[in-house]
Amino acid sequence: MSLTLSHYLIFSTLLFMVSLGGIFANRRNLLVVLMSLELLLLSVNTNFIAFSKFIGNVDGQVFVFFILTVAAAEAAIGLAILVMLFRNKRSLEVDDLNELEG
Amino acid sequence: MNPELLQQILFYLFGAFAIGSGMAVVSIRNTVYSALFLVFCFFNVAVLWLLLEAEFLAIILVLVYVGAVMVLFLFVIMMLDVKKVTKSQLKSGYTRAALLIAGAMLVELLMLFGYRMQSQLPSDELIRQGTEYSNVTEIGLAIFIDYVYPFEVAAVILLVAIVAAIMLTIRKRPENKQIDASKQIHVNPADRIRMVSMEAEKGQGEES
Repeated sequence: MSLTLSHYLIFSTLLFMVSLGGIFANRRNLLVVLMSLELLLLSVNTNFIAFSKFIGNVDGQVFVFFILTVAAAEAAIGLAILVMLFRNKRSLEVDDLNELEG
Repeated sequence: MNPELLQQILFYLFGAFAIGSGMAVVSIRNTVYSALFLVFCFFNVAVLWLLLEAEFLAIILVLVYVGAVMVLFLFVIMMLDVKKVTKSQLKSGYTRAALLIAGAMLVELLMLFGYRMQSQLPSDELIRQGTEYSNVTEIGLAIFIDYVYPFEVAAVILLVAIVAAIMLTIRKRPENKQIDASKQIHVNPADRIRMVSMEAEKGQGEES
């Protein structure tokens, strides 16, 4: 039995759930939340490429290209905001960042 | 060894590494190790993409993510000097809820694969291309013919990201000797030099 589309879909589902659980459960460090977001996008990209290859249409890979671009921009801005936050609060704990909560 | 078996072994090996290092990213205490495990995970997923014959994107993933984004992450982690986290990254109360939600979604998605999409999935065989097929050419043609405007928009997004990141993190230091160019241009000679007419003084006989 060769590798089927389901192999890749199940792999990316597992990766997605690991990173989603990381985002939900993580309360200590905002950096790790950002990294989990990157993992999330990675698993979605894997889905895109798998479908693109098994259907035989290159558009999915072009989508991945754009997602990678936007994710890089997001990472840069997210890290910049993180640096500002750390300068102002001297902490990156998610539980400390509750000013908007009132 | 036949190529099918080899492919499967590679898939399971690198897939297991990717998911294992993904778990390490979200659960390990030290943030630097977390980032390094994320690099490892990206690398493994790039290998999976290579198995899917998406060479261009696999190489882009390694170059852009491992080479640029993760270095940025590591740079920020080391610059911020986050105090040592003694307890685990995960807080027990939230962990239980997170595991519950993630597990429920996982079961739902797997059920979806198992029952609903069985008939709608595309063919089970990867569509293999000949040796003269070039992944880069294909993607290049798609980007520069069908997706030219999205491509330009992506460039603008990157530019905005650069400007935003620099504007957010720049700060005026008091010891900075940088000159304000606008002020410099608008300087008038009259503001700085005062012409004084005075009598020439007789020297005292000594010259310095």
